[in-house]
Amino acid sequence: MSSAPVFLAGASGAEGVVASLSVRDVTVAYPSGVTALLDATFELGAGTICGLVGVNGSGKSTLFKAIMGFVTPSRGQVRICGLSVNQALKRCCVAYVPQSEEVDWNFPVLVEDVVMMGRYGHMNFLRIPTAKDKEKVTESLERVNMLRFRHHQIGELSGGQKKRVFLARALAQEAPVILLDEPFTGVDVKTETAIIELLRQLRASGHLMLVSTHNLGSVPDFCDQVVLLNRTVLASGPTATTFTPQNLERAFGGVLRSFRIEGGDLHDDHDARSVTVLTDDERPVVYYGEGGPEEEPLRRTDKGA
Amino acid sequence: MSEVWSFFAEPLGYAFMQRALLGAVLIGAVCSVLSCYLVLKGWSLMGDAISHAVLPGVVLSFVLGLPLAIGAFAAGLFCAVATGYLKENSRVKEDTVMGIVFSGMFGFGLVLFSKVETDQHLNHILFGNMLGITPRDLVEVGIIAGITLLIVIAKWRDLLLYCFDPAQARAVGLPLSVIHYGLLVLLALTIVASIKAVGIILVVAMLIAPGATAYLLTNRFSRMLMIAAAVAIGSCVIGTLLSFHIDGATGPCIVLVQAFAFVLAFLFAPRHGVLAMRREQRPTA
Repeated sequence: MSSAPVFLAGASGAEGVVASLSVRDVTVAYPSGVTALLDATFELGAGTICGLVGVNGSGKSTLFKAIMGFVTPSRGQVRICGLSVNQALKRCCVAYVPQSEEVDWNFPVLVEDVVMMGRYGHMNFLRIPTAKDKEKVTESLERVNMLRFRHHQIGELSGGQKKRVFLARALAQEAPVILLDEPFTGVDVKTETAIIELLRQLRASGHLMLVSTHNLGSVPDFCDQVVLLNRTVLASGPTATTFTPQNLERAFGGVLRSFRIEGGDLHDDHDARSVTVLTDDERPVVYYGEGGPEEEPLRRTDKGA
Repeated sequence: MSEVWSFFAEPLGYAFMQRALLGAVLIGAVCSVLSCYLVLKGWSLMGDAISHAVLPGVVLSFVLGLPLAIGAFAAGLFCAVATGYLKENSRVKEDTVMGIVFSGMFGFGLVLFSKVETDQHLNHILFGNMLGITPRDLVEVGIIAGITLLIVIAKWRDLLLYCFDPAQARAVGLPLSVIHYGLLVLLALTIVASIKAVGIILVVAMLIAPGATAYLLTNRFSRMLMIAAAVAIGSCVIGTLLSFHIDGATGPCIVLVQAFAFVLAFLFAPRHGVLAMRREQRPTA
């Protein structure tokens, strides 16, 4: 990404911090004896949307837990914005958008209460919201087009609306680094397009986003970086060179559905081009052309209607 | 009309009833606040576990001549911490571990009690002795309730975020383990304060019913706290008065009134009650 690191204004905790995420040789072993992550290494800078791709159980949630400080790596280290995990969290450098399944939607909180939870790090000891906190909440809800739902209980919302509320909370937090766990699951195409547009805006203002997703087809649409995970980092780097059919096959093994239609299957003339469709049961990724490893996947051209 | 008046006025002529009612209000208030968090966090069993585990602490502090509250508090906390430790260090699930720890401690308490010469009645410890509450007990309950209420009033938003979304609590820099153990300490304190009223066995009702009732009546946590307080204090007062008039055990009377309040909310709550949900499903013909 060409955008220069941007100093985020207004965030009392994260002010003057440049977004970055460094995961170095991180190994996480659980007491049960399972090694969920082995020597994972990658680096990300400001102004990045990075797709985190891998099968279930490949260590995506463990990686998120390590970044959030819920598990301590037995080896290696995570640095966020040049700080240790605990320092970074204290300064509110990381916002987190949870999976829908992790949230108790019957909880007696309203939409605006949830977004206000993003502001706690900026508040005083008693967490009494100031005018500025309220303003930020309104502004964030407006940005995800959810302002008119502010007095609804969270369980009354649709799947896409729920996601947008939690995105608004991340915006209200004004954190330079944002983790998104499966933001497109259970979301309609319109909301997906809106979320992607918002992520692009955040990228332009210097944020760093790490997005775990099964939605392989949209990865080339909005991710400029990709990390492929299967117990360890199989490949990481710019989408164009990393998100290749070969790497995806390695990451997913037999789990991925894959179709390859070559020119010869369709007509008699010689044709070196082929269509490859890879899908993890959500939006598939499609490659078309003469099939070198440097082949770029097709991008979506429709605007998502 | 005069009968309603005398229902309230007559018991107030007795000093022990005045103390009992004051105790009921204090205990109702502090339990109601905690119950909101317990219900939302899914810690009902934890409340039950800690309250049972308090027994050996009560007996031991009697043997050692300490205030009962201190031993009870220590034992309750030990139960919570031991549960956490065993869960972290074995493959057994939390509810199972909890069951083993608290039943073990309760059994230990019963054995201890049968081996110790005391002037205490086991029945009073197990089922409470609201009408026998002494001025000294009242001071003890007042201090514990005061501390707990102050902490919750100052920190209710942090506790709420911890229950709703621990990951976000961490993301805004809240110290999770401090909040976790803080909530356990508050729970243990509340249980200790309530034993006088309803006893070890029934204290769990005080810790769940008001929050559960309020949960059915509102979509906002701040209102849930207030409704729970009203339900709990109301039930404690009515239950105590009822026990005076029917000459029944006080603790069970309070618990009965609370259960009745829950059933009312379950049936008639404007949005989350059974009848309201039925009406919504079946559009008017």
